Amino acid sequence: MGKPARPLPKPTPETQHFWDGCKQGELRLQRCDGCAHVYFPPRPFCPSCSSRAVSIFIASGEASLASYVINHRPHPAWDEPYAIAIVELAEGPRMASNIVGCEQTPECLVLDMPLVVQFEVMSDDISLPLFRPAGDRT
Amino acid sequence: MTGIAVVGAAETTELGKIPGMSQLMLHADAALNTLADAGLTAKDIDGLATAGERPTDLAYYLGITPSWVDGTSVGGCSFMLHVRHAVAALQAGLCKTVLITHGESGRSRVGAGGYSQSASSLAGQFESPYGTLGAPSTFTLPVLRYMKDYGMSHEQLAMVAVVQREWAGMNPRASFRDAITVDDVLNSKLIAYPFHLLECCLVTDGGGALILTTDERATDVNNAKHAPVYIWGTGESVETPMISQMENLTSSRAFSIAGPRAMKDAGISHSEVDHLMIYDAFAHLPIYGLEDLGFCGRGEAPDFIWERNTAPGGCLPTNTNGGGLSYMHSGMYGMYAMQESVRQMRGVAPAQVQNAEVSVCLGVGGMFGASGCVVFGNMPKP
Ligand SMILES: [Zn+2]
Repeated sequence: MGKPARPLPKPTPETQHFWDGCKQGELRLQRCDGCAHVYFPPRPFCPSCSSRAVSIFIASGEASLASYVINHRPHPAWDEPYAIAIVELAEGPRMASNIVGCEQTPECLVLDMPLVVQFEVMSDDISLPLFRPAGDRT
Repeated sequence: MTGIAVVGAAETTELGKIPGMSQLMLHADAALNTLADAGLTAKDIDGLATAGERPTDLAYYLGITPSWVDGTSVGGCSFMLHVRHAVAALQAGLCKTVLITHGESGRSRVGAGGYSQSASSLAGQFESPYGTLGAPSTFTLPVLRYMKDYGMSHEQLAMVAVVQREWAGMNPRASFRDAITVDDVLNSKLIAYPFHLLECCLVTDGGGALILTTDERATDVNNAKHAPVYIWGTGESVETPMISQMENLTSSRAFSIAGPRAMKDAGISHSEVDHLMIYDAFAHLPIYGLEDLGFCGRGEAPDFIWERNTAPGGCLPTNTNGGGLSYMHSGMYGMYAMQESVRQMRGVAPAQVQNAEVSVCLGVGGMFGASGCVVFGNMPKP
Protein backbone atom coordinates (compact mmCIF):
# COMPACT_ATOMS: atom_id res chain seq x y z
CA MET A 1 0.00 0.00 0.00
CA GLY A 2 1.45 3.30 -1.05
CA LYS A 3 4.30 1.36 -2.67
CA PRO A 4 4.91 2.09 -6.34
CA ALA A 5 4.24 -0.83 -8.64
CA ARG A 6 7.13 -3.08 -9.45
CA PRO A 7 8.64 -2.71 -12.93
CA LEU A 8 6.30 -4.59 -15.23
CA PRO A 9 7.19 -6.29 -18.48
CA LYS A 10 6.17 -4.79 -21.79
CA PRO A 11 5.34 -7.74 -24.06
CA THR A 12 6.63 -7.90 -27.61
CA PRO A 13 4.93 -9.76 -30.47
CA GLU A 14 7.24 -12.70 -29.74
CA THR A 15 6.35 -12.91 -26.05
CA GLN A 16 2.68 -11.86 -26.08
CA HIS A 17 1.41 -15.46 -25.92
CA PHE A 18 3.40 -16.06 -22.74
CA TRP A 19 1.95 -13.03 -20.96
CA ASP A 20 -1.55 -13.81 -22.26
CA GLY A 21 -1.10 -17.27 -20.77
CA CYS A 22 -0.07 -15.89 -17.39
CA LYS A 23 -3.23 -13.76 -17.39
CA GLN A 24 -5.26 -16.93 -17.91
CA GLY A 25 -3.36 -18.87 -15.26
CA GLU A 26 -1.29 -20.89 -17.72
CA LEU A 27 2.50 -21.11 -17.75
CA ARG A 28 3.23 -21.47 -21.46
CA LEU A 29 6.48 -22.87 -22.77
CA GLN A 30 7.59 -23.70 -26.28
CA ARG A 31 8.82 -26.97 -27.74
CA CYS A 32 10.57 -27.50 -31.06
CA ASP A 33 8.53 -29.69 -33.41
CA GLY A 34 11.75 -31.00 -34.93
CA CYS A 35 14.23 -31.64 -32.12
CA ALA A 36 11.82 -31.54 -29.11
CA HIS A 37 13.94 -28.92 -27.32
CA VAL A 38 11.91 -27.07 -24.65
CA TYR A 39 13.03 -23.49 -24.10
CA PHE A 40 12.40 -20.17 -22.38
CA PRO A 41 12.13 -17.17 -22.74
CA PRO A 42 9.70 -17.26 -25.68
CA ARG A 43 10.71 -16.75 -29.30
CA PRO A 44 9.17 -18.08 -32.49
CA PHE A 45 12.07 -20.39 -33.35
CA CYS A 46 14.17 -23.07 -31.73
CA PRO A 47 17.47 -21.80 -30.27
CA SER A 48 18.86 -25.32 -30.47
CA CYS A 49 18.29 -26.16 -34.16
CA SER A 50 17.06 -22.82 -35.67
CA SER A 51 13.77 -24.31 -36.88
CA ARG A 52 10.74 -22.01 -37.03
CA ALA A 53 8.44 -25.00 -36.50
CA VAL A 54 7.72 -24.73 -32.79
CA SER A 55 4.61 -25.26 -30.64
CA ILE A 56 3.32 -23.66 -27.50
CA PHE A 57 2.27 -25.95 -24.64
CA ILE A 58 1.12 -25.52 -21.07
CA ALA A 59 3.80 -26.40 -18.54
CA SER A 60 3.03 -28.33 -15.37
CA GLY A 61 3.85 -25.35 -13.18
CA GLU A 62 6.14 -27.55 -11.09
CA ALA A 63 9.64 -26.31 -10.38
CA SER A 64 12.49 -26.46 -7.91
CA LEU A 65 14.57 -23.71 -6.31
CA ALA A 66 17.84 -23.55 -8.28
CA SER A 67 19.44 -20.49 -6.63
CA TYR A 68 18.59 -17.13 -5.11
CA VAL A 69 19.78 -14.03 -3.30
CA ILE A 70 18.02 -12.15 -0.52
CA ASN A 71 18.27 -8.49 -1.42
CA HIS A 72 18.82 -6.10 1.48
CA ARG A 73 19.16 -2.89 -0.52
CA PRO A 74 16.09 -0.68 -0.74
CA HIS A 75 13.90 -1.18 -3.82
CA PRO A 76 11.04 1.27 -4.32
CA ALA A 77 8.50 -1.51 -4.93
CA TRP A 78 9.53 -4.00 -2.22
CA ASP A 79 9.89 -4.26 1.51
CA GLU A 80 13.40 -5.60 1.85
CA PRO A 81 14.77 -8.08 2.52
CA TYR A 82 13.19 -10.04 -0.30
CA ALA A 83 14.42 -12.99 -2.30
CA ILE A 84 15.06 -12.99 -6.04
CA ALA A 85 15.09 -16.57 -7.22
CA ILE A 86 16.08 -18.70 -10.17
CA VAL A 87 13.69 -21.63 -10.44
CA GLU A 88 14.16 -24.70 -12.59
CA LEU A 89 10.94 -25.80 -14.24
CA ALA A 90 10.08 -29.52 -14.34
CA GLU A 91 10.24 -29.26 -18.15
CA GLY A 92 13.88 -28.10 -18.02
CA PRO A 93 14.16 -24.34 -18.60
CA ARG A 94 15.09 -21.98 -15.77
CA MET A 95 13.41 -18.65 -15.06
CA ALA A 96 13.80 -15.77 -12.63
CA SER A 97 10.94 -15.30 -10.16
CA ASN A 98 10.02 -14.66 -6.54
CA ILE A 99 9.11 -17.21 -3.88
CA VAL A 100 5.84 -16.42 -2.11
CA GLY A 101 4.14 -18.03 0.89
CA CYS A 102 7.52 -18.54 2.50
CA GLU A 103 9.67 -16.51 4.87
CA GLN A 104 12.46 -14.77 2.98
CA THR A 105 15.26 -16.34 5.01
CA PRO A 106 18.06 -18.81 4.25
CA GLU A 107 16.44 -21.22 6.72
CA CYS A 108 13.11 -21.27 4.86
CA LEU A 109 14.46 -20.96 1.33
CA VAL A 110 16.12 -24.32 0.85
CA LEU A 111 17.83 -25.05 -2.44
CA ASP A 112 16.10 -27.71 -4.56
CA MET A 113 12.84 -27.43 -2.58
CA PRO A 114 9.80 -28.26 -4.75
CA LEU A 115 7.73 -25.28 -5.91
CA VAL A 116 4.52 -24.67 -7.81
CA VAL A 117 3.59 -21.65 -9.90
CA GLN A 118 1.07 -19.11 -8.65
CA PHE A 119 -0.03 -16.20 -10.81
CA GLU A 120 -0.33 -12.77 -9.30
CA VAL A 121 -2.36 -10.05 -11.00
CA MET A 122 -0.22 -6.91 -11.29
CA SER A 123 -2.23 -4.88 -13.81
CA ASP A 124 -5.00 -5.30 -16.37
CA ASP A 125 -2.46 -6.72 -18.78
CA ILE A 126 0.15 -8.41 -16.64
CA SER A 127 0.02 -11.29 -14.22
CA LEU A 128 3.41 -12.52 -13.03
CA PRO A 129 4.32 -16.18 -12.53
CA LEU A 130 5.56 -16.47 -8.94
CA PHE A 131 6.30 -19.71 -7.09
CA ARG A 132 5.32 -21.07 -3.69
CA PRO A 133 6.53 -24.13 -1.81
CA ALA A 134 4.73 -27.22 -3.14
CA GLY A 135 2.19 -28.66 -0.75
CA ASP A 136 1.22 -25.28 0.69
CA ARG A 137 -2.29 -24.24 -0.20
CA THR A 138 -2.31 -20.46 -0.10
CA MET B 1 52.67 -13.79 -38.03
CA THR B 2 53.37 -10.19 -37.04
CA GLY B 3 53.69 -9.75 -33.30
CA ILE B 4 51.77 -7.01 -31.52
CA ALA B 5 53.13 -4.91 -28.67
CA VAL B 6 51.76 -2.56 -26.03
CA VAL B 7 53.89 0.59 -26.29
CA GLY B 8 51.75 2.84 -24.09
CA ALA B 9 49.72 2.14 -20.96
CA ALA B 10 48.48 4.48 -18.26
CA GLU B 11 45.54 5.25 -16.00
CA THR B 12 43.95 8.59 -15.22
CA THR B 13 46.09 10.91 -13.11
CA GLU B 14 43.68 10.45 -10.20
CA LEU B 15 41.56 7.45 -9.25
CA GLY B 16 38.66 7.30 -6.83
CA LYS B 17 36.54 10.40 -6.57
CA ILE B 18 37.03 12.81 -9.49
CA PRO B 19 34.04 15.19 -9.50
CA GLY B 20 35.99 17.75 -11.55
CA MET B 21 36.04 15.67 -14.72
CA SER B 22 33.29 14.52 -17.05
CA GLN B 23 33.30 10.95 -18.28
CA LEU B 24 34.56 12.08 -21.68
CA MET B 25 37.47 13.92 -20.04
CA LEU B 26 38.34 10.84 -17.98
CA HIS B 27 38.82 9.00 -21.29
CA ALA B 28 40.92 11.93 -22.55
CA ASP B 29 42.99 12.20 -19.36
CA ALA B 30 43.86 8.49 -19.61
CA ALA B 31 44.58 8.85 -23.34
CA LEU B 32 46.89 11.84 -22.82
CA ASN B 33 48.81 10.03 -20.07
CA THR B 34 49.12 7.00 -22.35
CA LEU B 35 50.30 9.04 -25.35
CA ALA B 36 52.93 10.65 -23.08
CA ASP B 37 53.93 7.20 -21.81
CA ALA B 38 54.49 6.08 -25.41
CA GLY B 39 56.12 9.38 -26.47
CA LEU B 40 53.44 9.87 -29.12
CA THR B 41 50.72 12.40 -29.94
CA ALA B 42 47.21 12.03 -31.32
CA LYS B 43 48.65 12.53 -34.84
CA ASP B 44 50.44 9.18 -34.52
CA ILE B 45 47.20 7.29 -33.84
CA ASP B 46 45.24 5.86 -36.80
CA GLY B 47 43.14 3.26 -34.99
CA LEU B 48 40.73 3.92 -32.13
CA ALA B 49 38.63 1.64 -29.94
CA THR B 50 36.48 2.54 -26.97
CA ALA B 51 33.35 1.63 -25.01
CA GLY B 52 31.16 3.72 -22.74
CA GLU B 53 31.58 6.65 -25.11
CA ARG B 54 31.43 6.40 -28.90
CA PRO B 55 34.65 6.25 -30.95
CA THR B 56 33.25 9.26 -32.83
CA ASP B 57 33.22 11.38 -29.67
CA LEU B 58 36.73 10.33 -28.68
CA ALA B 59 38.24 10.78 -32.14
CA TYR B 60 36.83 14.28 -32.38
CA TYR B 61 37.70 15.24 -28.80
CA LEU B 62 41.29 13.96 -28.94
CA GLY B 63 42.00 15.13 -32.51
CA ILE B 64 42.46 11.67 -34.00
CA THR B 65 41.78 10.89 -37.68
CA PRO B 66 41.28 7.14 -37.61
CA SER B 67 41.19 4.71 -40.50
CA TRP B 68 40.01 1.90 -38.19
CA VAL B 69 37.53 2.11 -35.30
CA ASP B 70 35.94 -0.40 -32.94
CA GLY B 71 33.02 0.45 -30.67
CA THR B 72 32.41 -3.07 -29.36
CA SER B 73 30.49 -2.61 -26.12
CA VAL B 74 29.73 -5.78 -24.18
CA GLY B 75 30.33 -4.46 -20.67
CA GLY B 76 33.46 -4.25 -18.53
CA CYS B 77 35.55 -6.63 -20.64
CA SER B 78 34.97 -4.62 -23.85
CA PHE B 79 38.58 -3.38 -23.71
CA MET B 80 39.91 -6.94 -23.79
CA LEU B 81 37.85 -7.50 -26.94
CA HIS B 82 39.25 -4.24 -28.34
CA VAL B 83 42.76 -5.61 -27.80
CA ARG B 84 41.83 -8.83 -29.62
CA HIS B 85 40.26 -6.90 -32.51
CA ALA B 86 43.19 -4.46 -32.64
CA VAL B 87 45.65 -7.34 -32.89
CA ALA B 88 43.74 -8.65 -35.92
CA ALA B 89 43.49 -5.19 -37.48
CA LEU B 90 47.20 -4.47 -37.01
CA GLN B 91 48.17 -7.87 -38.39
CA ALA B 92 45.91 -7.31 -41.40
CA GLY B 93 47.46 -3.89 -41.99
CA LEU B 94 44.18 -2.00 -41.54
CA CYS B 95 45.98 0.53 -39.32
CA LYS B 96 49.37 1.01 -37.68
CA THR B 97 48.87 2.33 -34.17
CA VAL B 98 45.75 1.74 -32.06
CA LEU B 99 44.58 3.68 -29.01
CA ILE B 100 42.06 1.97 -26.68
CA THR B 101 40.45 4.22 -24.09
CA HIS B 102 38.27 3.80 -21.01
CA GLY B 103 36.90 6.47 -18.70
CA GLU B 104 33.98 6.27 -16.34
CA SER B 105 32.45 8.64 -13.85
CA GLY B 106 31.08 5.65 -11.94
CA ARG B 107 30.88 7.40 -8.60
CA SER B 108 30.45 11.11 -9.34
CA ARG B 109 28.28 10.50 -12.44
CA VAL B 110 29.57 13.62 -14.20
CA GLY B 111 28.61 13.52 -17.86
CA ALA B 112 27.80 9.83 -17.54
CA GLY B 113 24.90 8.16 -19.28
CA GLY B 114 22.27 6.33 -17.25
CA TYR B 115 21.75 2.60 -17.00
CA SER B 116 18.24 2.31 -18.31
CA GLN B 117 16.64 -0.88 -19.44
CA SER B 118 13.61 -1.10 -21.65
CA ALA B 119 10.61 -2.92 -20.17
CA SER B 120 10.36 -4.81 -23.47
CA SER B 121 13.97 -6.06 -23.44
CA LEU B 122 14.55 -9.67 -22.48
CA ALA B 123 15.82 -8.77 -19.01
CA GLY B 124 13.11 -6.09 -18.70
CA GLN B 125 10.44 -8.72 -19.25
CA PHE B 126 11.92 -11.72 -17.54
CA GLU B 127 14.17 -10.54 -14.69
CA SER B 128 13.43 -6.96 -13.60
CA PRO B 129 9.80 -7.70 -12.57
CA TYR B 130 11.19 -9.90 -9.79
CA GLY B 131 13.19 -7.12 -8.15
CA THR B 132 16.70 -7.40 -9.59
CA LEU B 133 18.35 -4.15 -8.61
CA GLY B 134 21.60 -3.68 -10.48
CA ALA B 135 24.63 -5.92 -10.22
CA PRO B 136 24.70 -6.56 -6.43
CA SER B 137 21.40 -8.49 -6.46
CA THR B 138 21.79 -9.98 -9.94
CA PHE B 139 25.42 -10.95 -10.56
CA THR B 140 25.29 -12.77 -7.22
CA LEU B 141 22.28 -14.95 -8.12
CA PRO B 142 24.08 -18.18 -9.13
CA VAL B 143 26.38 -18.41 -6.12
CA LEU B 144 24.17 -20.34 -3.65
CA ARG B 145 23.97 -23.02 -6.36
CA TYR B 146 27.76 -23.16 -6.49
CA MET B 147 27.93 -23.30 -2.69
CA LYS B 148 25.53 -26.24 -2.49
CA ASP B 149 26.98 -28.19 -5.41
CA TYR B 150 30.61 -27.85 -4.34
CA GLY B 151 30.36 -27.27 -0.60
CA MET B 152 31.89 -23.78 -0.62
CA SER B 153 31.51 -22.11 2.78
CA HIS B 154 30.67 -18.48 3.52
CA GLU B 155 34.16 -18.19 5.02
CA GLN B 156 35.74 -19.34 1.75
CA LEU B 157 33.81 -16.74 -0.24
CA ALA B 158 34.89 -14.08 2.28
CA MET B 159 38.52 -15.18 1.92
CA VAL B 160 38.60 -13.88 -1.66
CA ALA B 161 38.12 -10.34 -0.32
CA VAL B 162 40.66 -10.87 2.48
CA VAL B 163 43.41 -11.97 0.09
CA GLN B 164 42.77 -9.13 -2.31
CA ARG B 165 42.94 -6.61 0.49
CA GLU B 166 46.41 -7.98 1.28
CA TRP B 167 47.49 -7.11 -2.25
CA ALA B 168 45.80 -3.70 -2.03
CA GLY B 169 47.77 -3.02 1.16
CA MET B 170 50.92 -2.89 -0.99
CA ASN B 171 49.41 -0.50 -3.53
CA PRO B 172 49.46 3.24 -2.71
CA ARG B 173 46.79 3.92 -5.36
CA ALA B 174 44.32 1.37 -3.97
CA SER B 175 41.10 2.80 -2.54
CA PHE B 176 40.98 0.44 0.46
CA ARG B 177 44.27 -0.66 2.00
CA ASP B 178 43.63 -1.63 5.61
CA ALA B 179 43.91 -5.36 6.30
CA ILE B 180 40.64 -7.23 6.91
CA THR B 181 39.77 -10.66 8.30
CA VAL B 182 37.21 -13.25 7.27
CA ASP B 183 35.14 -12.18 10.29
CA ASP B 184 35.31 -8.53 9.18
CA VAL B 185 33.88 -9.57 5.81
CA LEU B 186 31.14 -11.73 7.31
CA ASN B 187 30.24 -8.98 9.80
CA SER B 188 29.99 -6.30 7.13
CA LYS B 189 26.52 -5.30 6.00
CA LEU B 190 24.47 -7.86 4.09
CA ILE B 191 23.89 -6.56 0.57
CA ALA B 192 22.27 -9.56 -1.13
CA TYR B 193 22.58 -12.77 0.88
CA PRO B 194 25.02 -14.53 0.70
CA PHE B 195 26.99 -11.37 -0.24
CA HIS B 196 28.25 -8.82 2.27
CA LEU B 197 29.47 -5.32 1.53
CA LEU B 198 33.15 -6.34 1.49
CA GLU B 199 32.41 -9.03 -1.10
CA CYS B 200 31.12 -6.39 -3.54
CA CYS B 201 33.21 -4.06 -5.69
CA LEU B 202 33.88 -0.41 -5.03
CA VAL B 203 32.26 2.34 -7.06
CA THR B 204 34.81 4.90 -8.19
CA ASP B 205 35.78 7.30 -10.99
CA GLY B 206 38.74 6.73 -13.27
CA GLY B 207 40.07 5.65 -16.61
CA GLY B 208 42.87 3.96 -18.47
CA ALA B 209 44.20 3.55 -21.98
CA LEU B 210 46.52 1.36 -24.04
CA ILE B 211 48.44 1.92 -27.27
CA LEU B 212 49.18 -1.10 -29.47
CA THR B 213 51.34 -1.40 -32.55
CA THR B 214 53.24 -4.04 -34.52
CA ASP B 215 56.46 -5.27 -32.98
CA GLU B 216 58.55 -3.91 -35.90
CA ARG B 217 57.09 -0.49 -35.29
CA ALA B 218 57.35 -0.88 -31.52
CA THR B 219 61.12 -0.64 -31.73
CA ASP B 220 60.71 2.68 -33.61
CA VAL B 221 58.69 4.20 -30.75
CA ASN B 222 61.89 5.66 -29.39
CA ASN B 223 60.47 8.04 -26.86
CA ALA B 224 58.46 5.44 -24.96
CA LYS B 225 59.08 5.38 -21.23
CA HIS B 226 58.96 1.59 -20.98
CA ALA B 227 60.06 -1.41 -23.01
CA PRO B 228 57.21 -2.96 -25.03
CA VAL B 229 54.95 -5.61 -23.53
CA TYR B 230 53.77 -8.22 -26.00
CA ILE B 231 50.34 -9.68 -26.72
CA TRP B 232 50.74 -13.45 -26.86
CA GLY B 233 47.12 -14.51 -27.19
CA THR B 234 43.51 -13.36 -27.00
CA GLY B 235 40.01 -14.81 -26.72
CA GLU B 236 36.43 -13.59 -26.57
CA SER B 237 32.85 -14.80 -26.30
CA VAL B 238 29.36 -13.81 -25.15
CA GLU B 239 26.63 -15.89 -23.53
CA THR B 240 23.39 -14.27 -22.31
CA PRO B 241 21.93 -10.92 -21.21
CA MET B 242 20.11 -12.73 -18.38
CA ILE B 243 22.00 -14.46 -15.61
CA SER B 244 19.00 -16.74 -14.99
CA GLN B 245 19.64 -18.19 -18.45
CA MET B 246 23.31 -19.17 -18.03
CA GLU B 247 23.80 -22.68 -19.38
CA ASN B 248 25.36 -23.66 -16.08
CA LEU B 249 24.95 -21.63 -12.88
CA THR B 250 28.35 -22.79 -11.59
CA SER B 251 30.47 -21.92 -14.64
CA SER B 252 30.66 -19.11 -17.20
CA ARG B 253 30.45 -20.37 -20.78
CA ALA B 254 32.03 -17.12 -22.01
CA PHE B 255 34.99 -17.56 -19.59
CA SER B 256 35.37 -21.17 -20.72
CA ILE B 257 35.69 -20.11 -24.34
CA ALA B 258 37.64 -16.83 -24.09
CA GLY B 259 40.17 -17.97 -21.49
CA PRO B 260 41.35 -21.30 -22.90
CA ARG B 261 41.34 -19.81 -26.43
CA ALA B 262 43.71 -17.03 -25.36
CA MET B 263 46.02 -19.48 -23.61
CA LYS B 264 46.03 -21.83 -26.61
CA ASP B 265 46.72 -18.86 -28.88
CA ALA B 266 49.64 -17.93 -26.63
CA GLY B 267 50.93 -21.49 -26.71
CA ILE B 268 51.27 -21.63 -22.92
CA SER B 269 50.43 -24.21 -20.29
CA HIS B 270 49.07 -23.32 -16.84
CA SER B 271 52.47 -23.82 -15.22
CA GLU B 272 53.96 -21.09 -17.42
CA VAL B 273 51.61 -18.41 -16.04
CA ASP B 274 53.40 -16.19 -13.52
CA HIS B 275 50.64 -13.68 -12.88
CA LEU B 276 46.86 -13.74 -13.18
CA MET B 277 44.14 -11.10 -13.25
CA ILE B 278 40.48 -12.14 -13.00
CA TYR B 279 37.93 -9.34 -13.16
CA ASP B 280 36.41 -9.35 -9.68
CA ALA B 281 33.23 -7.30 -9.56
CA PHE B 282 32.14 -9.67 -6.78
CA ALA B 283 33.98 -12.24 -4.67
CA HIS B 284 32.81 -15.27 -6.63
CA LEU B 285 34.38 -14.19 -9.91
CA PRO B 286 37.95 -15.31 -9.14
CA ILE B 287 36.47 -18.70 -8.14
CA TYR B 288 34.59 -19.13 -11.41
CA GLY B 289 37.56 -17.73 -13.36
CA LEU B 290 40.17 -20.05 -11.81
CA GLU B 291 38.02 -23.06 -12.69
CA ASP B 292 36.92 -21.93 -16.15
CA LEU B 293 40.54 -21.12 -17.06
CA GLY B 294 41.53 -24.59 -15.88
CA PHE B 295 43.86 -23.56 -13.05
CA CYS B 296 41.61 -25.51 -10.67
CA GLY B 297 39.25 -28.45 -11.14
CA ARG B 298 35.50 -27.98 -10.60
CA GLY B 299 34.80 -27.02 -7.01
CA GLU B 300 38.49 -26.72 -6.12
CA ALA B 301 39.03 -22.95 -6.40
CA PRO B 302 37.65 -22.08 -2.91
CA ASP B 303 40.27 -24.35 -1.28
CA PHE B 304 42.96 -23.07 -3.67
CA ILE B 305 42.30 -19.50 -2.52
CA TRP B 306 41.83 -20.49 1.13
CA GLU B 307 45.26 -22.14 1.05
CA ARG B 308 46.75 -18.79 -0.06
CA ASN B 309 47.87 -19.85 -3.54
CA THR B 310 46.66 -16.55 -5.02
CA ALA B 311 47.85 -14.44 -2.06
CA PRO B 312 51.20 -12.64 -1.67
CA GLY B 313 53.84 -15.37 -1.56
CA GLY B 314 51.54 -17.92 -3.25
CA CYS B 315 52.26 -19.88 -6.44
CA LEU B 316 49.74 -17.96 -8.58
CA PRO B 317 49.69 -14.24 -7.63
CA THR B 318 46.22 -13.04 -8.63
CA ASN B 319 44.59 -9.59 -8.72
CA THR B 320 47.79 -8.03 -7.43
CA ASN B 321 46.48 -4.46 -7.65
CA GLY B 322 43.81 -5.29 -5.05
CA GLY B 323 41.16 -5.87 -7.72
CA GLY B 324 37.73 -4.43 -8.11
CA LEU B 325 37.08 -5.33 -4.48
CA SER B 326 39.83 -3.05 -3.10
CA TYR B 327 41.74 -1.18 -5.84
CA MET B 328 39.05 0.58 -7.85
CA HIS B 329 35.97 -0.24 -9.91
CA SER B 330 34.44 2.42 -12.12
CA GLY B 331 31.85 0.06 -13.60
CA MET B 332 33.82 -1.26 -16.57
CA TYR B 333 36.85 -2.56 -14.68
CA GLY B 334 38.50 -4.57 -17.47
CA MET B 335 40.89 -1.78 -18.43
CA TYR B 336 42.38 -1.65 -14.90
CA ALA B 337 42.97 -5.41 -14.89
CA MET B 338 44.97 -5.05 -18.13
CA GLN B 339 46.86 -2.03 -16.75
CA GLU B 340 48.04 -4.19 -13.85
CA SER B 341 49.09 -7.00 -16.22
CA VAL B 342 51.13 -4.47 -18.23
CA ARG B 343 52.73 -3.05 -15.06
CA GLN B 344 53.67 -6.57 -13.96
CA MET B 345 55.18 -7.32 -17.39
CA ARG B 346 57.08 -4.02 -17.29
CA GLY B 347 58.32 -4.89 -13.82
CA VAL B 348 56.97 -1.69 -12.28
CA ALA B 349 53.90 -2.86 -10.31
CA PRO B 350 53.62 -1.70 -6.69
CA ALA B 351 53.30 -5.36 -5.64
CA GLN B 352 55.70 -6.66 -8.29
CA VAL B 353 55.85 -10.42 -8.83
CA GLN B 354 59.56 -11.22 -9.14
CA ASN B 355 60.67 -12.46 -12.59
CA ALA B 356 57.12 -12.49 -13.94
CA GLU B 357 57.21 -13.15 -17.70
CA VAL B 358 53.64 -14.19 -18.56
CA SER B 359 50.39 -12.65 -17.35
CA VAL B 360 46.86 -13.87 -18.09
CA CYS B 361 44.08 -11.29 -17.83
CA LEU B 362 40.45 -12.51 -17.85
CA GLY B 363 37.55 -10.07 -18.09
CA VAL B 364 33.80 -10.33 -17.64
CA GLY B 365 31.12 -8.22 -19.31
CA GLY B 366 27.59 -7.68 -18.07
CA MET B 367 26.72 -10.34 -15.53
CA PHE B 368 28.46 -13.40 -16.93
CA GLY B 369 27.18 -12.03 -20.25
CA ALA B 370 30.52 -11.71 -22.03
CA SER B 371 34.22 -12.37 -21.62
CA GLY B 372 37.52 -11.28 -23.10
CA CYS B 373 40.94 -12.65 -22.24
CA VAL B 374 44.43 -11.37 -23.09
CA VAL B 375 47.77 -13.09 -22.45
CA PHE B 376 50.65 -10.63 -22.04
CA GLY B 377 54.37 -11.45 -22.15
CA ASN B 378 57.42 -9.36 -21.25
CA MET B 379 59.17 -10.55 -24.44
CA PRO B 380 57.99 -11.31 -27.97
CA LYS B 381 55.97 -14.51 -28.19
CA PRO B 382 58.50 -17.34 -28.62
ZN1 LIG C 1 14.93 -27.56 -32.45
